[in-house]
Amino acid sequence: MTTTLETKSLTLNYGDSNIIENLNLSIPMNEITVLIGANGCGKSTLLRSIARLLKPKNGSVLLDGQDIFKLSTKQVAKKLSILPQSPVAPEGLTVLQLVKQGRYPHQSWRKQWTEKDEEIVLNALKATGVDHLQDKPVDELSGGQRQRAWIAMTLAQDTDIILLDEPTTYLDLTHQIEILDLLFELNQQQKRTIIMVLHDINLACRYADHIITVRDQGVFQQGRPEEIMTTTLVKHVFDLDCKMTNDPIFGTPLCIPFGKGRKIT
Amino acid sequence: MILKNNFSKTIALIVGSLLLLLCMGISIVYGYANTSIQTTIESFTQFNHSNEHIIIQNVRIPRALIATCVGASLAITGVLMQTLTKNPLASPGILGINAGAGFAVVFAMIFFHVSSLQAFAWIAFLGAAIAALSVYAISSAGRDAVTPVKITLAGAAISALFASFTQGLLATNEAALEQVLFWLAGSVQGRKLEILVSVLPYLVIGWIGALLISSKMNILALGDDIARGLGLPLGFMKLMVGIIVILLAGGSVAIAGPIGFVGIVVPHFARKFVGTDHRWLIPMAALLGGILLLIADVAARYIIMPQEVPVGVMTAMIGTPFFIYLARKGGKK
Amino acid sequence: MKQLKTVRLLQNKISFLLDVKASKKLTFISIITLAVFFFSASFGDSFINPFTVIQTLFGKGSEFDQLIIVDFRMPRIFLAAFAGMALAVAGAILQGIIKNPLASPDIIGISAGGGAAVVGFLAMFSDSNHSLTVSIEWLPLAGFIGATFVGLIVYVFAWKDGVTPTRLVLIGIGVSAFMQAITTMLMIIGPIYQASEANKWITGNVKSADWNQVQIVVPLILVLLLLTFFITRQLNVQELGDDTAASLGQSVQKSRLFLIILSSSLVASAIAFAGAIGFVGLMAPHIARRIVGPSFGVLIPTSAAIGAILVMVADIIGRTAFSPLEVPAGVFTAAIGAPYFIYLLFRNPRK
Repeated sequence: MTTTLETKSLTLNYGDSNIIENLNLSIPMNEITVLIGANGCGKSTLLRSIARLLKPKNGSVLLDGQDIFKLSTKQVAKKLSILPQSPVAPEGLTVLQLVKQGRYPHQSWRKQWTEKDEEIVLNALKATGVDHLQDKPVDELSGGQRQRAWIAMTLAQDTDIILLDEPTTYLDLTHQIEILDLLFELNQQQKRTIIMVLHDINLACRYADHIITVRDQGVFQQGRPEEIMTTTLVKHVFDLDCKMTNDPIFGTPLCIPFGKGRKIT
Repeated sequence: MILKNNFSKTIALIVGSLLLLLCMGISIVYGYANTSIQTTIESFTQFNHSNEHIIIQNVRIPRALIATCVGASLAITGVLMQTLTKNPLASPGILGINAGAGFAVVFAMIFFHVSSLQAFAWIAFLGAAIAALSVYAISSAGRDAVTPVKITLAGAAISALFASFTQGLLATNEAALEQVLFWLAGSVQGRKLEILVSVLPYLVIGWIGALLISSKMNILALGDDIARGLGLPLGFMKLMVGIIVILLAGGSVAIAGPIGFVGIVVPHFARKFVGTDHRWLIPMAALLGGILLLIADVAARYIIMPQEVPVGVMTAMIGTPFFIYLARKGGKK
Repeated sequence: MKQLKTVRLLQNKISFLLDVKASKKLTFISIITLAVFFFSASFGDSFINPFTVIQTLFGKGSEFDQLIIVDFRMPRIFLAAFAGMALAVAGAILQGIIKNPLASPDIIGISAGGGAAVVGFLAMFSDSNHSLTVSIEWLPLAGFIGATFVGLIVYVFAWKDGVTPTRLVLIGIGVSAFMQAITTMLMIIGPIYQASEANKWITGNVKSADWNQVQIVVPLILVLLLLTFFITRQLNVQELGDDTAASLGQSVQKSRLFLIILSSSLVASAIAFAGAIGFVGLMAPHIARRIVGPSFGVLIPTSAAIGAILVMVADIIGRTAFSPLEVPAGVFTAAIGAPYFIYLLFRNPRK
């Protein structure tokens, strides 16, 4: 069964102002989609509303043609999971205890550890490379390891669609690449649909199959990075003058901003 | 803020002062004993030892003066604490000052047989200081800054600690309970002028201190890191604020017992009028604090006449709806 | 997963993962609790040999011992133990919701609400001779209603598109202060015996326990504790944060409401009969957390056991240390609790 995820006339507000207005958007399945845009443009807000965390002022988000707010949270949780920004685990919680929680929507009070649960959790731990850390408290891990543990939890939830709100924002470059590589693999090998908000345009171009630029209470342009990323787009969405070239390793679009700095050549 | 320029703010301060004097007048003239404006004036010009004149001179006037000084002091401490802890719901009561003072008083009463109001005052001062220092020390220990929730919980814990010790002591000693109950509720009634006079120097130092550091408070409000970057001697500043808070709040509780909510609510009103510049905020808060307490005290006289509600209870009744409103408006996570 | 054991029973109709290490610790603590339970009967005005205690409980003791142990001491031990358990578990639940180990039921205004109701009851039902027109046995009910009612009020006031931990704490403190003010006022207006009686209740003590009370309290608290057993999973998820909990499919606000009602009821049940014993709801879950970790499946029973121990021990000290004067147990829970709390803040760099 192919899942579909789309918005219909979606309007999101914060107080009196509309952050997103009347948006019709369709998210491609089995691909990596990245939302980019300037600060405060509403990309996180949009992501959160797709994740059923924010109630729209108007319009709806449709999962398989059904309004997600008409479905129960548990039903949605079996198809869609979100990793919020900067999640915090209680002190002393081990990685295994955290990842186990991912099975919550599939369990009941008496069935807390079926064979299927066990298998899925172990696979999640292996896929994210944290199985050797299972008994360690989450708060004692490094930034990259901690994020991988949280991703393992969403994997254990076993959903077709995974949303991530700025999963790399507080990580150094090494760990950013570590996480994005992991997500890339998960998409390639397990065919999970990944939708995330990223700040770094260039990393977005490198990893995304589909880019959605958020601006002016809606979507400016969307499509494959190499098709839509132009200097005009960057200027319009980010108000930034840049030169577009190709990444020397991956060939994907690379944005070099103009401005001050030491000019050597 | 409603008043944008210096001129209107100055006018506001003048109007505030006049209102304060008016409220003092009301407090002096109206009460259980039947007195009128005429009588009041006569008690100054043609004092004739009549009951009414005695009441006015020895009861009402001290009471009005105390309410003014205490109200103003509490309001100023509220401003300082709210800026220091960046918590719009901070107040001296939250720091455990009231509970500490209460415990000290009960302790002294039971174990040292202290009974004069004068003595209560000094002991309360001491208890308040100890409590405040404990809370401050506790919530600044540890790696991260004094967060609003942390100081609130630390204060609540210290308050609860002293309160339950107090209750425990009183549970075994009914006579003590009778003596001290009214004091514990917080009241400006029944205090002689001497108490005010003896504590007044400390209050005055506190007031002057508050005015002197008011401009520095503006920098402190920007946050520790920025303040340090701008060259503000952070440790020294916080110590100063701490001392002023202890002087003003401690002095207030010494005179009037524990009175809550004035410190929380008044700064917000003051801010509504004159904004967040402490050079205007502190005087405005002082005026409004005095006005609030005077009004509360008059109301306390009339509500269940002939009995009196302790003014501390009155401020809690008036203050709680505002407190809840503020807590809801915060809307932070 | 060396310390964890998979348990599957009844053809996989029941399955869970057992933390062996934690379970061992829990068993050990439970044994201590039982031991304290039985040995408390030895302490009081007169010390009775533990073996004599056991004999008496099995019906083989002297009539005198029977009177002291069964009629006087056992009811209060029962009350102390169960009140301790209820308060500890309520504290654990609240700490899970508020996500701050410094939170406790005393802060949310529930205890203060009970206090106001108790004084109100004494004020309302006294005649001009300063004696109660209604049996004092109704006092606990007043406390219970007051506590639960205030718990709900705090929830309602804290509700604005949902209840966040910070708002709950702040409003709880405000309402608590308000209730205390009302209590104080009623205490002042009324005759002094009322104030004294109310004050005793507010401090918390199990002195006047009798079997009638035990018959009500024990089943009530047992039922509530059983309910708690079913919601431990929900608590674990709540602790991960509202967004993650919603992502995992929990109806966060519904869950939170139920948890608050549950913990309010637990507190109300405990304080209705035992008065507002403070700090147990704070200390017990915290100590338990340091022993068995944050997973609520073991945290709740461990907190309960520790809570029971705390109150029973506080009561023993209260009965014996200043003999013949009886100091309410609440004083000692505060005496141990507050320094412990302060120590917590000192060593807890993160919060």
